[in-house]
Formats: sequence, C-alpha cells, structure tokens
Amino acid sequence: MSTTAQRGAVVGESEQIPPAVLLPPLVEMQGLSVQFGDREILRSLTATLRGRSLGLLGPNGAGKSTLINTLLGFYKPSAGSARVFGYDVGTEVRKIRGLVGYMPENDAFISKMSAVSFVQMMGELSGLPPDMALERAHEALFYVGLAEARYRKLGTYSLGMKQLVKLAQAIVHGPKLLILDEPTNGLDPSARQRMIRMIKDIRDGKEMRIVLCSHLLRDVEDTCDEVLILKQGRIAHYSNLDDERRANKRFLELEAYGANGDFTEAIEKLGCECAVNANRMKMILADGVETRDIFRLAAERQVRIRRMNFRRDTLEDIFLKAMES
Amino acid sequence: MAVYRRNYKPYSGAMTPAWSRCLVLFRYSRRNLFRSKFLTGFFVVCFFYPLLCFLMIYLAHNVSFLQEMGVPKGVVSIDNEFFFNFMSVQGVFAFLLTAFAGPGLISPDLANGALPLYFCRPFSRAEYVLGKSSVLAILLSQITWVPGLVLFLVQASLAGASWTWTHLWIAGSLVVSSLIWIAILSLLAMALSAWVKWRIVAGALLLGVMFFGAGFAQAINAVLRTESGHFFNVAYLMTTVWNALFQVDRQHAIPVAEAWVALLVYCAISLGLLMRKVRAYEVVR
Repeated sequence: MSTTAQRGAVVGESEQIPPAVLLPPLVEMQGLSVQFGDREILRSLTATLRGRSLGLLGPNGAGKSTLINTLLGFYKPSAGSARVFGYDVGTEVRKIRGLVGYMPENDAFISKMSAVSFVQMMGELSGLPPDMALERAHEALFYVGLAEARYRKLGTYSLGMKQLVKLAQAIVHGPKLLILDEPTNGLDPSARQRMIRMIKDIRDGKEMRIVLCSHLLRDVEDTCDEVLILKQGRIAHYSNLDDERRANKRFLELEAYGANGDFTEAIEKLGCECAVNANRMKMILADGVETRDIFRLAAERQVRIRRMNFRRDTLEDIFLKAMES
Repeated sequence: MAVYRRNYKPYSGAMTPAWSRCLVLFRYSRRNLFRSKFLTGFFVVCFFYPLLCFLMIYLAHNVSFLQEMGVPKGVVSIDNEFFFNFMSVQGVFAFLLTAFAGPGLISPDLANGALPLYFCRPFSRAEYVLGKSSVLAILLSQITWVPGLVLFLVQASLAGASWTWTHLWIAGSLVVSSLIWIAILSLLAMALSAWVKWRIVAGALLLGVMFFGAGFAQAINAVLRTESGHFFNVAYLMTTVWNALFQVDRQHAIPVAEAWVALLVYCAISLGLLMRKVRAYEVVR
C-alpha cells in the first residue's frame, strides 16, 4: 500500500476547500476484515481516511461495496474494527446511520409510490418531522432536477431518473456523509455529466463529505480529492489526488524537424530528460518548465514542431500502477 | 415552501424521537393499503357479521318482540357458544383480509430492493417488522377482538351485572383467541411475501398454506392412520385452541396444549423466515 497523502493536504479545485488535515477523520479502519463463509472479502484494512470527498476504486470484486456496507453496519466485521466519524460500526451503528445518506448501486425504490411520497417517507424515517420532510422532499427533488416528474409513480421512471431519486432520498435529511455507490451506473453521457455536476456542487457546498464508490476512473477523478484503491480486499493505494498530480511526471512527445544536438542540449539544460529517435523526441519535463519554453527554444533554433503530445500521470496511471503492484 | 431554491440546504432542525420511526412505516403502509377500493370494500363487509350479532343480542333481550315473531324462548342465547361462532366467522374474514392485504406490505419493498434505504437510516430490522406487522395487527384487531369486546359490553349492559361477572372470562377469551390468530396470520403472510417477493403469488401461497395444509393433513392421517397430520392444518390447530378458550364442548384429535405449542412453533418459524429475508443485503456464502 502506498500512502502519499495520509498527512493531509490542500485538496480540491478551489482555495475554499479546507485542508484535509483540518477535517476530523471520516473513516478509521484498524485491521478490518470481512468474511462470508470461507471467502475473505476484506483483508485486514488499516487506514485513516480524512478527505472531503473520497473515491473508492477497484476492479469488480475488489471489496468496494462490501466496505461501504460494512461501514453502514450491514455486514459485521469478522476481525478488526472500523469507525465512522469516531463511532464504531459494531456498536454505534445507529449513530452512524443518523449521519449518513446512502445511494445504493442497484435499483432501490417502491414502484407504486410517487417520488415525493417516497422521498418524504425516507426523510421521516431519518427523523424529520412530517411537514419538514415534505418540504425537504420537494426541495431535494427540485435540486436533482425531478421537479416536473415528482408526482409520478417511481415505477414509470427511466433509469436515469431512478438514479436521481436515489440521490434525492440520500440528501433529504441533510446528512453529514453522503455515500454514493456507483452513482453514474447506466447513465447516458449527458445524465452522467449532470450527476457529476451535482456531486461536485454538494462537495463544494462543504456541508457534506462524500464517499464515492466507482469503477469508473473519470467519475472519481472529477469529484474526489482522495482516492482509496482496493485490490482483492486489500488496500492497494491511498493518496491525495492533487498531491499525486503535483508529484507526477509530465511527459512530452514531439515530432520535430530541423532539430540538432543544440536543441536537445538546450532542453536538457532546462533540467528535462530527453530521448531522441530520428525526428521523434520524448522528454520528461522538469518542474517549472512549461510547453511554451520548448516552443521558445524551437523558435530560437528554427526547429519546426509538427506534432506535440503532452500528458501527465492520470488517475488511470495511478490505478494501473496500483493494480500491478 | 422554498421549492424555488435549487441549491442544497443542510438541515439542523428538530428530529422526531427514535421510538416513533416505526409509526412512520405504519402510517404510510396503511395509507397505501386503503388506496385499493376492493380492500376498502371488503373491510366494510367484515363488519356485517358483527352488526348481525349486535342485532341478535338486541333481539335476545326483547322477549316480547321474539314472542310476536313466534320464536321460541332460548333459541337466541348469548353465551360462550355465541361468541365462539362470532370468532369463527370473523376469523375467516381476518384470514381473507390478510390474504389480500398482507403480501402487499413487504413484497413491494423487496421487489425493487428498497430495504437498504430503510436500514441505512437509524431504523432497525425489528422496527421494520414491527411497523409493517402493526398495520395487519391493527387492521385485524378492528374486525376481531375490538367488535367482539363491543358486543360483549352491549350484552353485559343489557344482561346485567350477574351475567357479566359469570361470563367475564369470555372477554379474555375473545382477546387471546384473536391475538394468537392475528399473530399467526400476520407473520405467515409477511414471511411468505418476503420469500416470494411477488404480491399475487404470496397471497396465493397463503391460501395454499391454509387449504392445501388441511388437505395434506387429511392425507397424512388417512395414509399413516394417525392424527398427527393435524399439526399441518393451521386452521384445525386454531379451532382446537378456540374451543378450549371458549369452553365449547367438542372433541378434538390433538390435545390443546400441543395445539398451542404447534401454533407458537408456526409463529417462531414464520418470524425466523421473515428476519432472514428482511435485511439490507443478502449475504451469499
């Protein structure tokens, strides 16, 4: 397991998001194991997760959903312990559930109820008084974009609308932690965009912390500031995405004509590593060196750049490295 | 109502007490049940026989009217047999009402995986079962022991204190016999609907348990030349217990104590099956 960000860091897109180190621990796991019969699903997980929005990544069967279900008290740990907001999942699960909003992966609705009744009932079950639950059910459905359809029966909803209702019922009672299990499952690109935008909006609102479980790297990359990668029930990687991006190397691939040793030398003087193969050059950019610097050097030496491909380590690289480790 | 606000707003207001959460389920489930016009109509029909009994009690205390009608004295007597018959008829109505209403309580939650949404909240499985079963319990109470006690009070007020004191045990019998029948029906209906998840099939299964159970019991008795087959016949077990509770003199093939134990075992098995299915996610081992 590699941990580059357990110390906490300034994360997220804006300065307004407080450093993770200032936030109280979201989840603390100490040797957490979960076993079903002979199958060990989670194997001795130990970590303290502090991020404002945490992405749970891993291939199918890695134990992501099992971890979420264990944190919600649906499954009992076979060994070790876990705490959410300092409450033990074994003994104080009711307190945890009072603070959590959960959007499950699979279909979860009552087909003959209207969306507004359904969300109101869920609000009341979370402890809202009936009139307040009704008011907030309307607000939550407006917020997720189901205002026009809120009196329709849930059985008539499309898959994307059902996802939105699940989100509405998860936020109706104003939880401190929102757990989203594959929120973009089965959504078309525009619906996915809307869902991601909403998750970002909730995250930036700073009222809720988010745990997003997905096998879609884009979803996690777009919405999370920390990532926990699971592999075969073990933690393969835990890091702060912003730190990771900063620390990662930036690669530049060039197809340049008229380049000679002088151009390569000048690039190396900037601190970049460079490899040349005929007209093709590959380089690792040093800190502080930008692509415009390369263009400047090329212009000074009359080098014609025909193609340039810039890339940096993405979450995909981080994920693949974690899977290979 | 600030529905024009499209941004997320936290909630920091008052919360309802934890004990009241199962009442939420009761309220919504009951409202949902009575959306069916058929069920509402049948519920009304369930009060016809208590009304008839009320009329009979009234007539029994109007001797002059009976004489005018030419009915001999003593034909309409209000005693333990009268209340036993009341319980038998209302028991059938209770069973039919359960077959219509019971399966629709849990199966819609299970059919579309709504249970995780209940249990991710500060709401336990026991509270869920309590909330759902209370719908049936109250519905069935309204057609069994509640009208039974009303009839008893009517009779007591007309017959006088001495009748009341000598027959006070009938009131207890009405309550106990109703409660055990309600418990059996509620748990059986919910357990079946939890296992098949399909409302119509669950209703049919409940009818099957009662009618095929009786047939199966007869077949076992005939083939094995025994009386033990009656243990598969819930209605027979219940009648045995009711006979004892109302002190009605009828012969039964199995002892009352064993009938009681068998009914309690049915309740325990149904509860066990129910609790096994009512969980957020099933664990596949």
